[in-house]
Amino acid sequence: MTQANARAVTQAKAPRNNRLRPARGLASGLLSVGTLLGAFSPVQAQTIPEGARIVSLGGSVTETVFALGAGHRVVAVDQSSLYPAEARALPQVGYFRTLSAEGVLSLKPDVVLASEGSGPPPVLEQLEAAGVRIVWVTDGSTPEAALEKIEVVAESLGLDAEGEALRRRVETELERASHLRSRVEDWPSALFVWGRGGGGGGVRVAGSGTGAATMLERAGAQNAAAAMNGYQPISAEALVLAAPEVIVTPQSTLDALGGADGLFALPGMSATPAGQNRRMVVVDLLAFIGFGPRVGAALNGFMADLHPLLSSPRE
Amino acid sequence: MSSAAQSLPRRAPGAASLAAERAPLVVLGVMLLGTVVVCLCVGAVPVAPGQVAAVLASAIGVELPWAFGEREALVILQIRAPRILLGVLVGGGLAVSGALMQGLFRNPLADPGLVGASSGAALAALTLLVIGGPLVALLPGPLAGAALSLAAFGGGTLAVIIVYRFATNGGRTSVTTMLLSGIAMNALAAAGVGMLVFISNDAQLRDFTFWSLGSLGGVTWSRLGAGALLLCLGLALAPLLGRSLNALLLGEVEARHLGIPVQRTKAMVIFLSTLTAGAAIALTGIIGFVGLVAPHLIRLAIGPDHRVLLPASILLGGTLLLSADLVARTVASPAEMPIGIVTAFIGAPFFLWLLSRDPAGRAQL
Repeated sequence: MTQANARAVTQAKAPRNNRLRPARGLASGLLSVGTLLGAFSPVQAQTIPEGARIVSLGGSVTETVFALGAGHRVVAVDQSSLYPAEARALPQVGYFRTLSAEGVLSLKPDVVLASEGSGPPPVLEQLEAAGVRIVWVTDGSTPEAALEKIEVVAESLGLDAEGEALRRRVETELERASHLRSRVEDWPSALFVWGRGGGGGGVRVAGSGTGAATMLERAGAQNAAAAMNGYQPISAEALVLAAPEVIVTPQSTLDALGGADGLFALPGMSATPAGQNRRMVVVDLLAFIGFGPRVGAALNGFMADLHPLLSSPRE
Repeated sequence: MSSAAQSLPRRAPGAASLAAERAPLVVLGVMLLGTVVVCLCVGAVPVAPGQVAAVLASAIGVELPWAFGEREALVILQIRAPRILLGVLVGGGLAVSGALMQGLFRNPLADPGLVGASSGAALAALTLLVIGGPLVALLPGPLAGAALSLAAFGGGTLAVIIVYRFATNGGRTSVTTMLLSGIAMNALAAAGVGMLVFISNDAQLRDFTFWSLGSLGGVTWSRLGAGALLLCLGLALAPLLGRSLNALLLGEVEARHLGIPVQRTKAMVIFLSTLTAGAAIALTGIIGFVGLVAPHLIRLAIGPDHRVLLPASILLGGTLLLSADLVARTVASPAEMPIGIVTAFIGAPFFLWLLSRDPAGRAQL
């Protein structure tokens, strides 16, 4: 791990720890009460014992659990857990922001790995009151957030060795990507297109502050929609002004638009360099902006398509 | 239809008053033209009015002294022009379908949404967005791109046909039954939408939310295609129903005594209203308020004579929608605000203000 990356990780961690504190404070508070009460403790230990029943909430958290080899301990996931395929076969507790306490409890979980934003909060409180341990996993739209997720999940599952190995692997992939990026001289201007605009026409694109914008930047591309915020519909004229050289899009959006022909037939597209050269890169949406353990591989794969002239260095 | 058209010109009070009645149409036509010109000149890409004129002239082979580049030409001819045409057609279509429904139901609240056109379209659109993905992937490119429009048009018309069938007994359509079955259809479609929202993911939900707020973006000449033709047909035929609707306002029995083919008029009103509203929704998603407000504004200004009301609603609807679209595409530039937000945000307070200035209740039918 390079110095730069180490700093990035610490920086990424610093503000989040503040948010974590209440949950951890609560947990340690319960722990001390538990110690006082002896065997009556609802919270047994810092790590989740082997054989505990896990409910995993949030796509990237579920991916992390499975990547750590603990998938067999998961008894249910939420609707956003679409990868790996095994996760989709598990019982679903609904969407992770609109959970039902009774639904989750019916699966008799010992622990809930809850992605930041899981809720509504009263439901999580009810679960905690019912003796279920809640492990909060912070979410963030950066590759470093994926490393932090691995750390938190591995630590709570007591899989320190597996966590370390997985973290190393993702870190190496990210390092490789940043090394490759340093060799990119001209950053192409790219536009991430995700979903339709209003009225079924046009498209929504990734403005500043989005996960996709972060990935473009990490891959050595300028975000053509940097003047916008969030995922918003772009007007045809603004698309002409943005003048992207390459369109980045997930397969699902491409299908909905009628393939590359449909994408490049969108109003204004023919006046952009990307439209004139019909240049696009298709990405796996979950890996690309899910910021789970596949983020490093996704970044490298994307860069290979984005900068075809750069051969990747072997280390 | 044909008999209604034949009996249209019969009018006693003389040519002078007829001309006076048509005067508002000229004023509205000029307003629409002015709005079109403004919309051609304003947008995210700066193009000077002189350049706009030069681009338009060059399209018909005339050269004007203002210099322009390829980009200006593309923005005017391929982006703004089709969008403006779409705005005029959709605005006119929504307004006239609202006027037709209000006349038929003798109810100032009526619009095609009342008999299921919008909710049926919404249900079909959401079905396609949430579970139609694999189907769309199988379609050839151009058809896949138009799948959402086709689904919306199909869903909207199917809903109205079902409602119409329920309300028609022994060759006679009961307007009251139609209204009530329309309410039931809307409830059913809303339940279906709720069900699909329940199983949809974030991206699908966001697609649907934006669809249901409407937009004129995403239009090209080739995508205007069939939808625009349907709208033109509806806009051309609807004004012919003016005299029949005037007679219907008196009551069905009275209209029949006046020699109006009541059942055929009802069928035509529902057909044309569904055609125009369905095509409008298919092209732009759901845009609220224009269909309700444009006919009312005309009634407040000119009165309830359908022979003027129907064409005037078309002109005003086009003007209103174009103006709203101008705001939608410039206010949040480079992003684009859904037009449904603009029509309601500006339209609703303005409408309330107008109503408050109308103590005599002229807005009523």
